[in-house]
Amino acid sequence: MQIPAPFDYVRASSVDNALALLDRHGAESRVVAGGHSLLPMMKLRLARPDWLIDINDLFELDYLLVDGPVMRIGAMTRHTTLLESDDVRRLFPIICDAERVIADPIVRNRGTIGGSLCQADPAEDLSTVCHVLEAVAVVRGPAGERMLSMAEFHRGPYETAVAQNELLIEVRVPIRAGSGSAYEKVERRVGDWAVAAAGASVTLAGDGTISQVAVGLTAVGLDHNVTEVEAILVGQAPAETLFIEAGRLASLACDPLADQRGPIDYKRHLADELTRRVLRVSCSRAAASVSDITI
Amino acid sequence: MTILEDRPSNPAAGDHDRPIGHGRMQRKEDPRFVRGKGHYIDDIVLPGMLHGAILRAPVAHARLVSIDTTEALAHPKVLAVITGSDLQALGLAWAPTLSMDVQAVLVTDKVRFQGQEVAFVVAEDRYAARDALELIEVEYDVLPPVVDARKAMDPGAPVIRDDLEGRTDNHIFDWEAGNKAETDAVFASADVVVKQEIVYPRVHPAPMETCGAVADFDPIDGRLTLYETTQAPHAHRTLFAMVSGIPEHKIRVVSPDIGGGFGNKVGIYPGYILAVVGSIVTGKPVKWVEDRSENLMSTSFARDYIMQGEIAATKDGKILALRTNVLADHGAFNATAQPTKYPAGFFHIFTGSYDLAAAHCTVTGVYTNKAPGGVAYACSFRVTEAVYLVERMVDILARKLDMDPAELRLRNFIKKEQFPYANKTGWEYDSGDYEPTMRLSMKMAGYDELRREQKEKRERGELMGIGISFFTETVGAGPRKDMDILGLGMADGAELRIHPTGKAVVRISVQSQGQGHETTFAQIVAEEIGIPPEDIDVVHGDTDQTPFGLGTYGSRSTPVSGAAVALVARKVREKARFIAAAMLETRPEDLEWEKGRWFVKGDPSVGKTMAEIAMGAHGTVALPEGIDGNLDAEVTYDPPNLTFPFGAYICVVDVDPGTGHVKVRRFIAVDDCGTRINPMIIEGQIHGGLTDGVGMALMEIIEFDAEGNCLGGSFMDYLIPTAMEVPDWETGFTVTPSPHHPIGAKGVGESATVGSPPAVVNAVVDALAPFGVVHMDMPCTPARVWEAMQGRTRPPV
Ligand SMILES: Cc1cc2nc3c(=O)[nH]c(=O)nc-3n(C[C@H](O)[C@H](O)[C@H](O)COP(=O)(O)OP(=O)(O)OC[C@H]3O[C@@H](n4cnc5c(N)ncnc54)[C@H](O)[C@@H]3O)c2cc1C
Repeated sequence: MQIPAPFDYVRASSVDNALALLDRHGAESRVVAGGHSLLPMMKLRLARPDWLIDINDLFELDYLLVDGPVMRIGAMTRHTTLLESDDVRRLFPIICDAERVIADPIVRNRGTIGGSLCQADPAEDLSTVCHVLEAVAVVRGPAGERMLSMAEFHRGPYETAVAQNELLIEVRVPIRAGSGSAYEKVERRVGDWAVAAAGASVTLAGDGTISQVAVGLTAVGLDHNVTEVEAILVGQAPAETLFIEAGRLASLACDPLADQRGPIDYKRHLADELTRRVLRVSCSRAAASVSDITI
Repeated sequence: MTILEDRPSNPAAGDHDRPIGHGRMQRKEDPRFVRGKGHYIDDIVLPGMLHGAILRAPVAHARLVSIDTTEALAHPKVLAVITGSDLQALGLAWAPTLSMDVQAVLVTDKVRFQGQEVAFVVAEDRYAARDALELIEVEYDVLPPVVDARKAMDPGAPVIRDDLEGRTDNHIFDWEAGNKAETDAVFASADVVVKQEIVYPRVHPAPMETCGAVADFDPIDGRLTLYETTQAPHAHRTLFAMVSGIPEHKIRVVSPDIGGGFGNKVGIYPGYILAVVGSIVTGKPVKWVEDRSENLMSTSFARDYIMQGEIAATKDGKILALRTNVLADHGAFNATAQPTKYPAGFFHIFTGSYDLAAAHCTVTGVYTNKAPGGVAYACSFRVTEAVYLVERMVDILARKLDMDPAELRLRNFIKKEQFPYANKTGWEYDSGDYEPTMRLSMKMAGYDELRREQKEKRERGELMGIGISFFTETVGAGPRKDMDILGLGMADGAELRIHPTGKAVVRISVQSQGQGHETTFAQIVAEEIGIPPEDIDVVHGDTDQTPFGLGTYGSRSTPVSGAAVALVARKVREKARFIAAAMLETRPEDLEWEKGRWFVKGDPSVGKTMAEIAMGAHGTVALPEGIDGNLDAEVTYDPPNLTFPFGAYICVVDVDPGTGHVKVRRFIAVDDCGTRINPMIIEGQIHGGLTDGVGMALMEIIEFDAEGNCLGGSFMDYLIPTAMEVPDWETGFTVTPSPHHPIGAKGVGESATVGSPPAVVNAVVDALAPFGVVHMDMPCTPARVWEAMQGRTRPPV
């Protein structure tokens, strides 16, 4: 049994109560959501909060709803809920692709989208997905609510714009007609963190050309989308030659580190290979959704 | 108790496939396990029990400058803090290892691996014990470490074991087997010689339950009761007596339910000794249970062999000879568990299943700044490394000769009529009939069809590989004349008592860690004396309750204790004959046996069942001279030879050409472990072992960085396979009984772990043939496979 350093524990009863508790217990207090990132770090004594504020009773943050042009995802929505939602599968197949390869069912039953984004692990999958989908993070603190783009929210490995006395409340994902998205990850074993992964989202115009595209990479030292690919893809009809060029640009844009998961050149190669794959799938999914609409 | 029907027999199995004693019976231990009622070390709670925790070294090699325990001792819940110098005063700072070396219980002079035991805290609860570790101040003077075994013998390499008198280098032993001159001569005149460096990296058994102990020393009568995660309770008791000075009759070692061993629980770890010292010092029971990182970083690893292999053959594919030089990384203390005579275990079975003209191997063991141990993880004493070497070399030769690897194996097998077969390194293989086993596996796989499919796929640029491994194991250590551990001969005792009502208890010296002993051994007795297995209780794991024996590892339980149990049952059956004769007022030689009953020859209606005979034995019948009034017996079985199970494995993989990711699509395993007792238990052992093998082939490795930091200290870093990485196993069997084992059984616990890694790696290498890959070392992770595709294979260490 791995034993964390001593800490105190309290259950929050509402978002306001959680914010008040964060305020009261100060710098050494942390909220715990699914606990699948925080508790392992505490057991290894890498994290040593004095107070744990449990937000698992905040059912008000556990929802998924299509609200006009956006899907609103409550911060306490579990991985499993995202994986099993028909709306998510239809509108954002990239989320299903990613959820299927995040950890294992035990972790997915507890882990939350809020915890994943706030943890901001460099190998974490949902941050890439949210970047690619151009999601907006809703953050609440003593001074009220803030809406942050992913670029503003996500500051780098293990770092977000959420202050100690704030909570991530919701993630808003814009719904785009005629779009398709995909995610692919290479892992050494099911449930392992990514060696590298890539996600893409593509929107096709009525004439079949690409009107919007985003590509993101996971675990290769890139905290934002591969913006270089937009210039070569937007306005073009999907074509293998373009995907190849996009893959090349992705492999140049990333900045991976060598570790037990692989050397740098392999990870760059994966950025290339996986970018091509997710663009291919995204375009064909987008084409299918365009034809769905016309039917 | 439900007894499942036997499966339809396998036509390839001949006449011997009738399983023993109710065959595919459900395991007697399962009702408690499936209901969560197993009783493990950590479930043990004794009145007044305290908890221990170990402070471990953060660096791999450092002189210990000072330890300050003042603050830890001031913790309100801490009762004792024990350091190396405290142990030194008691003469307990060093303990003997299973390989005649010594190992530090707590560091006194120098840290020799990261994670080594530095101090032991005893506190009222495990939380306080853990917290107090942070209050101990230790100053280290960091030294350059020896991490790469290849550099351990370099002149000027730091000397790790300066505690040993006269030590000026990191050399442990040189050992050889076979005839060098003969082998070199065969090589010199061979048409074809291929060479390959083959590395079997360091892996870890990683049992689900980590190691732990509860020590309870009674200061009044001087008795020590030690509950331990041990695979060898009797050997541990004797060693504890030798080390601690507590007389052996005052020591009771209990090994309760064990959550997996795989060799990890053979050795005596400092934690066990520290729990005992903690109990002696505080006068209270002390529990110590390590956490996952401690288990991975400090307890016995497996493998770590760098092998230079060479194989010689004629150009038409007759294999002539094998030779190899091995560099063995033993870590900081030589704590390998194996028979004394064999410092490289049974590695010299590396001649495999082939009829060779000559063979020679040398093994050099070296110290490095890594955790000690070795020969753990279902390896049959290094047969794993041996089988991996020969089965890779044969595949490399097949490639060189442009010959199908199945065909090459079939041409070179030892023939049925050559058994018992004396190989070139000193083994006598008891029995074998390899070709039908190989052919059955090929038939189950649809081998020719697979090759056709592979050809088509290659044309489309898809990477599919087919890998074969044919292994011969040597298990059941072993004959006393050849084999001992620290002077204890490797024979096993067994005792059988039939109670007056005809129910029985059999007491065995070996201990189960998931092998199903409570069922298998009851079935063996049931077969011999005709009492149903449900009426036979199997007692094991408690030295006060069971006869002496060396424990469960190296697949030895069935070959050694299984034989002991069969023989003790026969002894009881013979004794029953005399008692039955007295009861029937006839002569013993006039009685005939049918399962469960002695009857008068020619008059089957007149007889006595075992239950009647048991009652008679304990009753008032006048017994013949020399027969005492019970139906009990005991034996100690000294095996005349080892047993040699074998098997043919075929693995089919698909490799993603863009990512290097390997998917094991199919795995066909045909095992021959001689007479089969409970086929369901055998299949369970095979399924587990195959999963182990896939894990080692694809993902498992304990790596170290240049400073000697262990990079495999958690399950985030040390990957073990899950159900998702393995296919539905396709198992088959043949039956070639052991001629010298009372029931012909050979042992099967490690076969699949031994046999499967080469099948998987051979399949991966086969898939990569279009890239000119002839060999790649484990683990075949996506990155390493991709590198191999780029022509950049590299050893993992
Ligand atoms: C074995 C294993 C494998 C895994 N594999 C993967 C993988 O492959 N890919 C992947 O992406 N993830 C993986 N994870 C991580 C998993 O997805 C976690 O669930 C996730 O990272 C964190 O979610 P959580 O709800 O458990 O967060 P917690 O652990 O509860 O919290 C994480 C951090 O976020 C903070 N936090 C949580 N919620 C909020 C909020 N609403 N507002 C502000 N701060 C908040 C906490 O204070 C803490 O600092 C794995 C985890 C495990 C244990």
